[in-house]
Amino acid sequence: MLKAFLQNSVKSLAIFSIFMPLAVHAGVDEVVVYSARNEQLIKPLFDAYTKQTGTVVRFVTDKEGPLLERLKAEGSNTPADVLITVDAGNLWQAANSGLLQRLDSTIIQTNIPAHLRDPQNLWTGLSVRARTIFFNPKKVDAKSLTTYEDLAKPEWKGRLCLRTSKKVYNQSLVAMLIEEHGEAQTEQIVKGWVQNLATDVFPDDTKLLESIAAGQCDVGIANTYYFGRIVDKKPNFNVKLFWANKGQKGVHVNISGAGITKHAKNSVGAKKLIEWLSSKDAQNLFTDKDMEFPANPAIAADPVLAGWGSFKQNLINVNKAGERQSAAVKLMDRAGYK
Amino acid sequence: MHLSRLLILSLLIGLITLLPIGVVMSYLIYPESAIWQHLWAYVLPEIISNTAILLLGTGVVSAALGIALAWLTACHEFPLRRFFNWALILPLAMPAYVTAFVDIGLFDFTGPVQTFIRHHFGEGIWFPPIRSTPGVIMVMSLSLYPYVYLLCRNAFLSQGARITEAGQLLGLTRNKAFWRLALPMARPWIVGGVIVVLMETLADFGTMSVFNFDTFTTAIYKSWFGLFSLSAAAQLASLLVIVVFGLLIAEQYFAGRKRYHTPLKNMSPRFTLHGRTKWLALIFCSSILLFAFILPLLQLIYWSAQVFTQDFDERYPQFIWHTVLLASVSAGLVVAAALCLALTARTYPNRWFKAWGRLATLGYAVPGSVLAVGIFIPVAAADTYLINFFNAQFGWQGHSSFLRGTLFIMLLALMVRFMAPGFNSIETGLQRITKNQEDAAKGMGLFGWQLLRRIHLPLLKTSLFSAALLVFVDTMKEMPITLMTRPFGWDTLAVRVFEMTSEGQWDRAALPALGIVLVGLLPVFLLSRHQEN
Repeated sequence: MLKAFLQNSVKSLAIFSIFMPLAVHAGVDEVVVYSARNEQLIKPLFDAYTKQTGTVVRFVTDKEGPLLERLKAEGSNTPADVLITVDAGNLWQAANSGLLQRLDSTIIQTNIPAHLRDPQNLWTGLSVRARTIFFNPKKVDAKSLTTYEDLAKPEWKGRLCLRTSKKVYNQSLVAMLIEEHGEAQTEQIVKGWVQNLATDVFPDDTKLLESIAAGQCDVGIANTYYFGRIVDKKPNFNVKLFWANKGQKGVHVNISGAGITKHAKNSVGAKKLIEWLSSKDAQNLFTDKDMEFPANPAIAADPVLAGWGSFKQNLINVNKAGERQSAAVKLMDRAGYK
Repeated sequence: MHLSRLLILSLLIGLITLLPIGVVMSYLIYPESAIWQHLWAYVLPEIISNTAILLLGTGVVSAALGIALAWLTACHEFPLRRFFNWALILPLAMPAYVTAFVDIGLFDFTGPVQTFIRHHFGEGIWFPPIRSTPGVIMVMSLSLYPYVYLLCRNAFLSQGARITEAGQLLGLTRNKAFWRLALPMARPWIVGGVIVVLMETLADFGTMSVFNFDTFTTAIYKSWFGLFSLSAAAQLASLLVIVVFGLLIAEQYFAGRKRYHTPLKNMSPRFTLHGRTKWLALIFCSSILLFAFILPLLQLIYWSAQVFTQDFDERYPQFIWHTVLLASVSAGLVVAAALCLALTARTYPNRWFKAWGRLATLGYAVPGSVLAVGIFIPVAAADTYLINFFNAQFGWQGHSSFLRGTLFIMLLALMVRFMAPGFNSIETGLQRITKNQEDAAKGMGLFGWQLLRRIHLPLLKTSLFSAALLVFVDTMKEMPITLMTRPFGWDTLAVRVFEMTSEGQWDRAALPALGIVLVGLLPVFLLSRHQEN
């Protein structure tokens, strides 16, 4: 029995190892994508693209770190034409490691505002993820809320909830604060946050928002789409959104975006795909499924999101989130932000 | 099988498993002094103590649970014993991060338990915080005790009750006989299971993230993803590997030359529990099963029911087929490879061969994504070589890979990862076969392959089944290596779990996670049927 089993496994192994690579066929117009954005968010989009243009999009998903290492290890043999990530930091890192090529496109430059694109045109944002302040309306008067920075003030002692500093969204937020205020002042702000914590930091934004609703804390910082997902299921959810830093530089935004890989076999097809993603046809498909905001300002957001009112985006280039990310991580370690 | 062939095979297997670890350790030559200074000052002191406490706690608690449950079900008769016998293995199929997520969901401030208490008894009542060090240790132990349980049960089933009876004849109480005889006699099995538990705890990232508990492994990922330094991450991982190897060698040294052969193969008779002890045993087994398996399972079913219409589609049969194929072939491969290594260490009773086997198991202690990179780099390099070679020699063009994206590489990678559960199970099983049995067989002219087929395999059946089960279930749950090495579009249930959890959609991850648990029932049933026979 064991022998038969082994023989069978060897056979299936042989079949796979011989035929799988041959499936990489040329001929059809095909773009290959490495994506850190989930399958359920990108597949409907690629299906629509194939329907419209006939171009086949093949993709593989993984976390950003492993995807970048994969690109590095594969070098010029990589099958990937496009890299998609869910934050600017990793695109910056990819560009910094020489894994991307220039994406010079007037279409993208028209569609996407400059602060959501790489200054060297190595990548572009495609959706906007806003990170702002949420509060329990029974415990907090919206008038008392102002900025991320003010949440460090002593009046919030024992009232603030934060997500872990290990999440890239918080690393980007602190990176942007460093860009704006410098390290010394930002460290004071982050220390103030840590002193104001109502409880241990949370592993995700959903738990954090639920804790605000349950009254464990009064106020917290989270990405809007997590809020959107909860409100979608529980319309009476006892948490309200506040657009932070209105009178200042505006709400901290990050992007989900894309770039063309350095060794793309089909860089023309890759560029076309990214241009299409920035266009009217694709933007809502790209953003609405995850309740993110379109990066293209000409496109209206999902009605649920529009119901939260308009907000001012912080116009510092999201590129800085990557540039200052490691400084931000170290700063949060020093401040005791877990 | 000729002896020298066995030796060559073992060396080859060892080299394959060591290559990725070598790649990870090669990062030690890139100095990252700025990051190390930072880590020394602000990160390492805490994570070292956290990791030590976590290992100690999880090791002790999961050993206690595993031994107690194995002792109860293997050597005693009480209500529902036959059910618990196999059901207590089931938490193995439940990914630890799911148990963590569910337990936190239930017992944290926002969960139903505390909400109920606040609602009926007012605020301000103290409740032990679940997001705490004891909380992590409890959840890890509830998820991992089956490794100890499974191996210990093999030991107790074949010797426990008999030895205790022997002890009683010598005037010991049953209690004393357990502590003085049965427990020490089961040492290799306990240690074998605990080692697997500790290695898995060390490399765990999912559960630690859910608890936001900082360990060595979370620091490794922070260095990589937060500080953008794979070098620093790999260096930290290398330290982990060195420490683990040191501990394995120390264990081997302390185990010394003791032998644990028991010639008796027959099932021991069971002690029937009466009165209060009978019910206590029932309550104990039930409550462990409740928290480690039933509650998480119910939560998964509840969530799955909510998202079923939205998420279940025609691809699911394929996900399940891929999962079963990958898990079973990987189980077969690891068992065969581990058997080679364990037989070599036995055939050549030499410290170096024993250490070689241990060395081959180190992949289990390396955080998954780091090991995945360690595997991918040499595979990609070999691919580049092959592509250039075939292009130059035969003018083959258009091939972007020969190795990457093949099931073959995927399976080798999984072998590197899961050698530890396979090897530990088989190695302890081999200790059961006496030299006399082997010598007698040799006297009858059985050697090599014949010896293996006629003597070792039949006597090792239970250990081989256990090893295969552990690897099967571990492979099903594995994410980083599957993600990195799978062919395009070749998704498994674990890949689906990844897609959903990476954006925090735990309810939607429930459907594939439930699939993993249900597929995991299959080998557990097979194993239990085999043992009952």
